[in-house]
Amino acid sequence: MPAAEATTPVIRKTALNAVHRKMGAKMVEFNGWDMPVEYPSSGGIVAEHMAVRTGVGIFDVSHMGDIRLAGPGALEAVQHISMNDAARLAVGQAQYSALLYPQGTFVDDVIVHRLGEEEYLLVINAGTREKDFNWVRDNTRQFDCAVENLSDDFTQIAIQGPKGVNLLQKLTDADLAAVKFYWVTRGTVCELKNILIARTGYTAEDGFEIYIPADEAISARVWKEVLEAGKEFGVVACGLGARNTLRLEGKLPLYGHEISDTINVWEAGLDRFIKMEKPEFLGRAALEKAKSGGLKRALVGLEMVERGIARDGYKVLDEGGKEIGYVTSGSPAPFLKKNIALAYVPPAFAEIGSKVRVEIRGQGVGAQVVPTPFYKRPKKS
Amino acid sequence: MPYPTDLKYTKEHEWIKVDGSAATVGITDYAQESLGDIVFVDLPKQGAEITAGKTFGTVESVKAVSDLYAPASGTVTEVNGELATAPEKINKDANHTWMVKLTLKNPADLNSLLSAADYEKFVAEEGGH
Repeated sequence: MPAAEATTPVIRKTALNAVHRKMGAKMVEFNGWDMPVEYPSSGGIVAEHMAVRTGVGIFDVSHMGDIRLAGPGALEAVQHISMNDAARLAVGQAQYSALLYPQGTFVDDVIVHRLGEEEYLLVINAGTREKDFNWVRDNTRQFDCAVENLSDDFTQIAIQGPKGVNLLQKLTDADLAAVKFYWVTRGTVCELKNILIARTGYTAEDGFEIYIPADEAISARVWKEVLEAGKEFGVVACGLGARNTLRLEGKLPLYGHEISDTINVWEAGLDRFIKMEKPEFLGRAALEKAKSGGLKRALVGLEMVERGIARDGYKVLDEGGKEIGYVTSGSPAPFLKKNIALAYVPPAFAEIGSKVRVEIRGQGVGAQVVPTPFYKRPKKS
Repeated sequence: MPYPTDLKYTKEHEWIKVDGSAATVGITDYAQESLGDIVFVDLPKQGAEITAGKTFGTVESVKAVSDLYAPASGTVTEVNGELATAPEKINKDANHTWMVKLTLKNPADLNSLLSAADYEKFVAEEGGH
């Protein structure tokens, strides 16, 4: 029926979509994108997760968006719209940050890369691409810089895990040992010149993200060459399922879950990425006020002590069964082999060791507040 | 994947194997495949009454929670306790990993279930849409 077709949102596909389907990936809709959730040929979510913790796994993360700010006023613009201090970035350095509404809640979280003296690249979430770009453009008009939406220009492949560096080094002339975590470089990758290589990721593991042209044939060739080069390290293709369990073990926030337009920075526990010494940025005044007013809720890590799996949206109860909060993300943790969750609870319940219950199918199942991140990658010896 | 012809199937992807008034119940290979790594199974206690078409338990994978629907009404006579600690057995061999054993209340319940051939056709359509 034509009328229905007109209102059906178009499901977007990355340049690697056909490759995923050919590999037999299970596809799901994620924020308007048709994405692989897991690859049975890789052994599924648990195997993919373990490969990243112990070896290397690769992800198509081309659904992520990219905004470039360039010009004499680029630093000022970035400073105005983001909560971290971009003035501290050297050329080639990146930082975790967030775009905030004036009320101190999240437009989105971002990675800010300083690519040149007057050039910054913001990597943003898939579900918030248009909103973020409009926000950035509308709130930087007073600065002397160009704002470009490069979201459709790149195929972004994440090569994650302790062996990621060994894998990628086989395919590039860039000296990866010289690239520290949260730094970027450029180099030839799979015969493609001047490719952006960032030592970043969303897995709480060492790894890289490469930005290649969003051309189907080129993307397919690089994907294949990466898998081929990684064979000796046991590389597997990984989907959004493992991406989620990996980031959850590392307590990396997910937009719409731990952070949103109704949650502020203090509540989300992202204090270390906000630089209140910056004289001005969007959201600063509201956050100052929120801090002096005291927190109403806090994000905590939970571990189930009784049998059951907490899931996104489940209620958190006190020991008497009274509702006190909710789970933002919950899942079995494949590496830790525990059932873990992140949840918002009143500060009185935020102390490590606090006992709470998670309502699972009408039953309060015992859980307790534990230190986070649940998983921290081992320091290199 | 061929589905054993001595089993009957539901459209919710459970199988039931009947021997007189006794029956065993599990989930199909198609179900385990769509769920992915199964990490948790919640089953009724021995002695519980279950009702055809109603939920009698839950199976969870890393990613998803899925209800179990009773293929027939009856009383649970035995529960596969092994699945509490080794739910991944369902992924390895769904067709032969039983969840509960029942005494059937009304063997006529089975008449509305799918044969192996019909079930295979059903999942081909469901998977292919």
